[in-house]
Amino acid sequence: MAGTDIIIHDEKDNVGVVVIEKITPKQDCDCWIMENDKSVKIQSMDEIPLGHKIAMTDLNEGDTILKYGHDIGKVVKSIKKGEHVHVHNVKTKKW
Amino acid sequence: MEIPKTFLGYKREDGRTGTRNHVIILPVDDISNACAEAVANNIKGTIALPHSYGRLQFGADLELHFRTMIGTGKNPNVAAVIVIGIEPKWTKRIVDAIATTGKPVEGFSIEGVGDIDTIARVSKKAQEFSIWASEKQREERPISDLWISVKCGESDTTSGLASNPTVGNLMDKLEPLGVHLCFGETSELTGAETVCEKRGKTPEAQEKFRKTWSSYNDFILKEATDDLSESQPTAGNIAGGLTTIEEKAFGNFQKIGGCKFIDVLEPAEEPTKGPGLYFMDTSSAAAECVTLQAAGGFNLHLFPTGQGNIIGNPIEPVVKLTANPLTASTMSEHIDVDVSKILSREMNLDEAGDELIKATIKVANGRLTCAEALGHREFVMTKLYRSA
Repeated sequence: MAGTDIIIHDEKDNVGVVVIEKITPKQDCDCWIMENDKSVKIQSMDEIPLGHKIAMTDLNEGDTILKYGHDIGKVVKSIKKGEHVHVHNVKTKKW
Repeated sequence: MEIPKTFLGYKREDGRTGTRNHVIILPVDDISNACAEAVANNIKGTIALPHSYGRLQFGADLELHFRTMIGTGKNPNVAAVIVIGIEPKWTKRIVDAIATTGKPVEGFSIEGVGDIDTIARVSKKAQEFSIWASEKQREERPISDLWISVKCGESDTTSGLASNPTVGNLMDKLEPLGVHLCFGETSELTGAETVCEKRGKTPEAQEKFRKTWSSYNDFILKEATDDLSESQPTAGNIAGGLTTIEEKAFGNFQKIGGCKFIDVLEPAEEPTKGPGLYFMDTSSAAAECVTLQAAGGFNLHLFPTGQGNIIGNPIEPVVKLTANPLTASTMSEHIDVDVSKILSREMNLDEAGDELIKATIKVANGRLTCAEALGHREFVMTKLYRSA
């Protein structure tokens, strides 16, 4: 099926990954959840390039980012649903 | 898809099955490379496995050297072995251990003879082995005789999204059929180590994993000049969208699907607890890791790549897959299986897993991998510390 803009690994994940060249602000995006083959929609807030993450929900400072259904780091600056999630607002819990 | 119950392989004297039928010329040490390469040049149907070490090693580092040499010779993809060393003692130790498989093996030492006479003597034996091996025929063997190792490289976000989960899907389908499976890359599980530890099937396996990973982490903390946040993830990883080491590790971890590991292996150690998934303590450098897994007895390797790693191995065929559409088109001569259609949703994981199983069986049956056709024969010994 064509037209997937964002892929989400696990139903529990609060981020998805952009799989087209880029998405632009206010774009209505089609998301595919790999784990259960479901589809959801989201409107983007930012321009986000291929391979980068989008917030699927509002996230507060201290919240945990879930990808693959697992903890991949903590939110260090609050993020709105549809915004770009990366090193500017998320940090590792490892070092 | 119904998974084939058999493949066409070479039955060996010890009951294992090879997907290849190599006659190898194995130098014990760096200074025997010249002889080994001369013999392989003289006698068609043989390959030399030159490497950089084997002198003045000691302790655990020397034991790993022997384990890698011996395991390479014992691998069922190898029909017969010639071992050449500068002196007879270490040469004999390797020959005797390989001989326990029942396959033809003969050792030669150079001291007191010189290169030229050694090359002449070895060439006669190598010719005999090569002609003998050429008579071996493939026969129908159970799918459970496949021993599959996995390792990813030059990873990007497409690896964690699609090519690594494709390998995981294959593992989920082949594990119940009694296939031996192996993953490694101790360093690149950092961030996923507690989740990985819980994938141990027994408390013993879990504890062994915890000790292995902690020992690696202690080494990193001792040697590192910073906290590694500059190198894991790398600047390239970050540009590609990977934010943290945890995210990278969980992408890597997708390769084992839902399987649980039954034991933790030392580098180059042969598994002895029956079919199923094993974790081997390895570096995350591609050639080192695959060399160790081949020495552990694995007879076919699956290698997902994002940006396009080009590695091969002299005895274990390396099947490459990618989900990155750019890599699949710009580096097509290196890619055996293209699963980039997962990203455009024209293919799902189940279908991709089936495609990979089909390709795996074809290669097990003798189809050359891209890396084999291109002549990639990276044989790289893992060195634990400085020699004496």
